[in-house]
Formats: sequence, C-alpha cells, structure tokens
Amino acid sequence: MDNRKSTQDVALGIRRRVFEHSMRNNGGYLSQACSAAEQLAFLYNEALNLGDPTLPAIPKPFAGVPRAGNDEYVTGAGYNGPFEPQYDRLFIAPAHYALVAYATLIETGRMAPEGLEMFNRDGSSVEMIGAEHSPGMEVHNGTLGIGLSTGAGLAWGRKRRGETGKVCVFMSDGEVQEGQTWEAVQAAAHHGIDNLWALMDVNDQQCDGAMDSVMDVRDIAAKFRTFGAVCVEVDAHDLDALRQAKAEPHEGQPLIILARSSPTHGMSFLQRRFPRLHYVRFKTTEERDEMNAAIAEELGIQPVELEAH
Amino acid sequence: MVEMVNRPYAGAFEKFAVANPDVLCLSADLTSSCEIDGFRDRHPEQFLSLGMAEQNMMSFAGGLGLAGFRPFLHSFGVFLYRRPYDQLMASVAYPRRKVRLMGFLPGITTPGGMTHQAIEDVAVMRSIPNMTILETGDATEVESICEAADSIDGPVYCRVLRGSVPRLFDTPIEVGRMRELAMGEDVLVVTSGIATEEALRARDALSGAGVSIRHLHINTIKPFDPQPLLDHIASVKKGVVVLENHVIDGGVGSLVAEIMAENAVGKPLVRLGLRDTYAHGGSRAYLMKHYGLDAAALVAGIEKIIGAKTGITEDALAVARVDAVHSAVKAEAL
Ligand SMILES: Cc1ncc(C[n+]2csc(CCOP(=O)(O)OP(=O)(O)O)c2C)c(N)n1
Ligand SMILES: [Mg+2]
Repeated sequence: MDNRKSTQDVALGIRRRVFEHSMRNNGGYLSQACSAAEQLAFLYNEALNLGDPTLPAIPKPFAGVPRAGNDEYVTGAGYNGPFEPQYDRLFIAPAHYALVAYATLIETGRMAPEGLEMFNRDGSSVEMIGAEHSPGMEVHNGTLGIGLSTGAGLAWGRKRRGETGKVCVFMSDGEVQEGQTWEAVQAAAHHGIDNLWALMDVNDQQCDGAMDSVMDVRDIAAKFRTFGAVCVEVDAHDLDALRQAKAEPHEGQPLIILARSSPTHGMSFLQRRFPRLHYVRFKTTEERDEMNAAIAEELGIQPVELEAH
Repeated sequence: MVEMVNRPYAGAFEKFAVANPDVLCLSADLTSSCEIDGFRDRHPEQFLSLGMAEQNMMSFAGGLGLAGFRPFLHSFGVFLYRRPYDQLMASVAYPRRKVRLMGFLPGITTPGGMTHQAIEDVAVMRSIPNMTILETGDATEVESICEAADSIDGPVYCRVLRGSVPRLFDTPIEVGRMRELAMGEDVLVVTSGIATEEALRARDALSGAGVSIRHLHINTIKPFDPQPLLDHIASVKKGVVVLENHVIDGGVGSLVAEIMAENAVGKPLVRLGLRDTYAHGGSRAYLMKHYGLDAAALVAGIEKIIGAKTGITEDALAVARVDAVHSAVKAEAL
C-alpha cells in the first residue's frame, strides 16, 4: 500500500472516527483511541510490511464459525494483506481495541467507512470485541493474554520455514497481569525468536481503573528484560520515538516496545473521567453534548450531529 | 408487564456479605461488570482486587478457603473455568473448598463473541467431582443466589444474571428444588436460566393451540434428585423438551437424557440449545433466534414431540424484551 496519508494524519483520523462513532452509539472504547492512535497508525502506515487487502472493502456479513463443511469461513487476516512469506502478520491481542483497529483500517484504505457502520450490528462480522472473522483480526484474542504466545509460535514456524515476514503483536498493559504473557516471553527468548516483536499500549489503565490500584505490575520493562526480551520504553505519542524503538537491534531475542501513553491524549475532556476510562459512556444528555462540543473542537471537527436522545 | 429489577446482584451481595464476615469478595478486574463496585467502595476491608489474573485468583481462593474464609469469585463465567481449569480442580474442587464462583454473562447473554460466551460451562462443571451448580433465571433467584451458594458445603459454580433482570418468581432459590410452573399433561418442558423466560413467552400461545404443557424450571443442576423429574415425565403423555442457554451436550438436556435412559423411560426427548457450534457476537435476542434458543424454537421442539403443527406464528408469542446493548442499565464495559 502506498502511504497516501502521513502517519500523524492517520492517527488524527483514527481519533476522529472513534470519537464520532462513540458519540453516535452512546459510548464506546474511546480512551483506547486516545492512547493507541499513533501506535496503530504507525503499525499499519509504516512499520509493517503488509500486502494489499484480499477481502472486500465492505466487509461481508458473519459467515458462520469454523466447522467442517463451512467453506464460507474466512478470518479477518485478509484485511492485513495476503498470507505470503515476505509479508508481516499482525495480531491485535486486546480485542476490545477493535473499534480503534477498524478505524485504522479505514484510515489506511484497507476497509471502507461503511465497515464501521456495521460495528456491533447483529449478523455483522465487524464485532465489538474483535473476533477471528472480524476485519484485521487474524486469530481470536478476546480472552486476554494469549496473543503473544500465538505470535511466538507463528514466528518460530515462519522462521523454520525460512519466511522473511515478521510477526507483530499489538498488546495492552492489562495483559502483563496474566501469567501467560510471561510464559510467552520466556519461550520466545529461550528459542531465540527474533522475528517476533510486540508493541504494547501502556496506558496504565484497565477495566477497574488505574492499574496500580487494581494490581500493581511494577517495573515491567525490567521484568521483560529479565525474562529475555529486548525492551524499549518510549512516549507512545511521539512517532519518531516509535520509529527509533522499532529499529532497536534484537538479534536472537524478541523485541518488546512499551509505548507509554495517555488514555486521554487528544481528548482532554476525558480527564474528568479519570480513572474510569475503560469504556466511556455518557451519563446525561447534557454531558454528552458538552463532551461532543469539547472533543470535536480539540480534534478540529464539527460536533457530531446527534438525534434527540 | 413483568417487573424489571435493576442490578439485583449488587444489593443482594452487599447485604449478604455484610452479615457474613467470613465471606470475601474477590474480583478480577471486572468489578463494575459484576455489580460489586458499590461493595468495593463501601466495604474495602472485605474486598480483594486480584487483577486480570484468573489462574492466580482461583488457587488464591483455595488458600483463603483453607484459612476458613468463604471467597466469592466474580468474573464473567468463561473466565472462571476456561483459563483456571487446572487450578479449579486442584486448589478448589478436589479439597472441597467453600469457594463460590459467581459467573456472570452465561451463554449467549454477552455480545462479546466466542471468547466471552460460557456455552459449555455447565457440561464442564457437571463433570467435576464435588462441584455444585446453580443457575439463576430471574431477579428473585439472583437476589437469593448468595444464600443458596453459601449454604453448600463445598465449591459451587453459579450462573448469575446481571443488569436489568425480570422478576418471574416470588420465592427464593431452594437448593435442590425445581420450580413447577405449569402442570399440564401433554408435553414436559424443562428449562433453566434465561430459557425459562422464553418458555413463558410461549405459554399463552401453546394453551391457545390446545397443547397442555407441564413446565419445570431448574435452578440446581448439580446435585440433582432424579425422582421428581421422573414423576413429571410419567405424568405427561407425549414427551420431553429441554431448552437451555448452553450447548446441548453435557448440560441440562444431557442431564435429563441420562436420567431417562438410566430409568428406561421410553418417551421422546428433544434437546434444544447450541448444537455443536460456537456462537458469535451479537445481541441476546438475535443470538437466541439465530441459534434456536428462543420461544419459537421451543414451539418447534414441542411440535416435533406431538407430531403436529400448532399453527403458532412468531407474532403469537409474547414480545421478547430487548435490552439495548448500550442501555444505561447495562454495566460498564462488557
Ligand atoms: C482472560 C481475560 N480476563 C478478563 C477479561 C475482561 N477484560 C477485558 S479488557 C480488560 C482490561 C484489561 O486491561 P487493558 O487491556 O490494559 O485495558 P484498557 O487499557 O483498554 O482499559 C479485562 C479485564 C478478558 N477479556 N480476558
Ligand atoms: Mg491498559
């Protein structure tokens, strides 16, 4: 894909789309757009070597689950390009970031804007919690903490087959509370899986609020290093820092980039909601109107036109 | 109109836990989604935040049990058995710890898709020695689930409804006792959980069509005394239909099938539920229709048993309640 937009513009576009969608749908995973817009824009717009999409720009309806005899079944991987040896693969491990990921697909020309209209609609494949068959999703990840292991296995397999494409796992920081994440790093380091890298949105947030109030995970960079990964910490909203981190040599080891983010970046109004940002919903019509005006202004767009609530 | 109760678990749990100081409230980063956020804020000394780490929470609860506490674990049902299954076996079920697993969003009541839908939990729990299984089907059962669960001398898994829940019954759960909701004599309908509300939607249409239904609601799935069920089966002329929010393998339908086979009951049985398939994400009403778990599917099952069409159309069934996915009563996140 040629990079028609700058990564900065893609990130802004992601925030705008997720904001508009959340206003119209009385809430959504809005803060994940704040924290992760640059990261997903960076991945799709420049960091990953992805081929052109192989699936229709307007997603097809849900075609059933995997089952012998269901020939209609496809995963959403085709939106990330063909499964060919030279191309990278991407897993979105925190599947509740799906809305942000779909917005990224649209901003990078991989899905039509109509795709977002199908979000969370009955019978649609554009699911609220990204499913394996949802656009841009390659495997099921809604049960958090399994993504990095699958990525490590795929990377090992690709390496064994001599494929040049890399495997990238986009992760959330909540996942470091799950033991499996550490088992994954341990295995990736043990087997020298260096065609694997992860970009983690470290927004210090989880469902119950600020992570240190729910279950303190302490110095995760030190932990990742001790477990055998090369680990770089950067400002998630600084694209040059992300570029530099990606260039970090990691021969014989997986690379983990900790992108330290703000869960309200670009939508300062949400600071009022701190520390409950996981799923933003409007408590009153007045609040929604106030939020609509304030965030639209910060994003440089007109407030979203809303029907009477 | 049926009365809707908002967040019945929240108040019920708080009342119960406050009166029972050895009860502890454990949460795995789904505190408001499991309606225990108010409890956390008001009773921090009885609340333990364990983060998104269900395996640890399960064995940790085993340890609390050893120390004489009765931990109530809160999460979505799926996260209480799929990932921490081994821990459940070794730390909780084998030693018969008094650990209470409060599993929210059972079956297809969540739009979260495969990873969030506990569709085989009853089958898994039924096969675990020492395990008790309770399932709530209305607000009154949710309000009484804490007492019921805590009366068990050993571990218990509960399917708990949340958010806006209809009130169908006026008496609390009595562990081991099924509810007799209709005493007709043609077909025995056995339901549990949200399937009971579906069956009630079909009640008037069925009696209008001249089909006499005997209807049982099951809230205690394990242990299960077969005799009352056998008596009810003996009282109907045609056969049995089971409807459940679960795969048909290993759940209530299987339970009924096993009892019928072991007692040489030669009557037809139709099991309704998910048929050897995963579901996907969508609204509850859509999923119930799509996967044949709704009142219309039940009518079709009954027609199969009686070998005749009832003439009941979709419109004749009482209107299904539809909760907006983002309605205000729905707890935060998923
Ligand atoms: C194994 C597992 N446990 C619990 C959940 C429910 N859940 C979904 S998102 C989430 C919070 C995880 O933290 P993070 O991904 O960092 O959230 P965010 O920053 O978006 O708030 C939880 C507990 C889950 N999806 N999987
Ligand atoms: Mg987070």
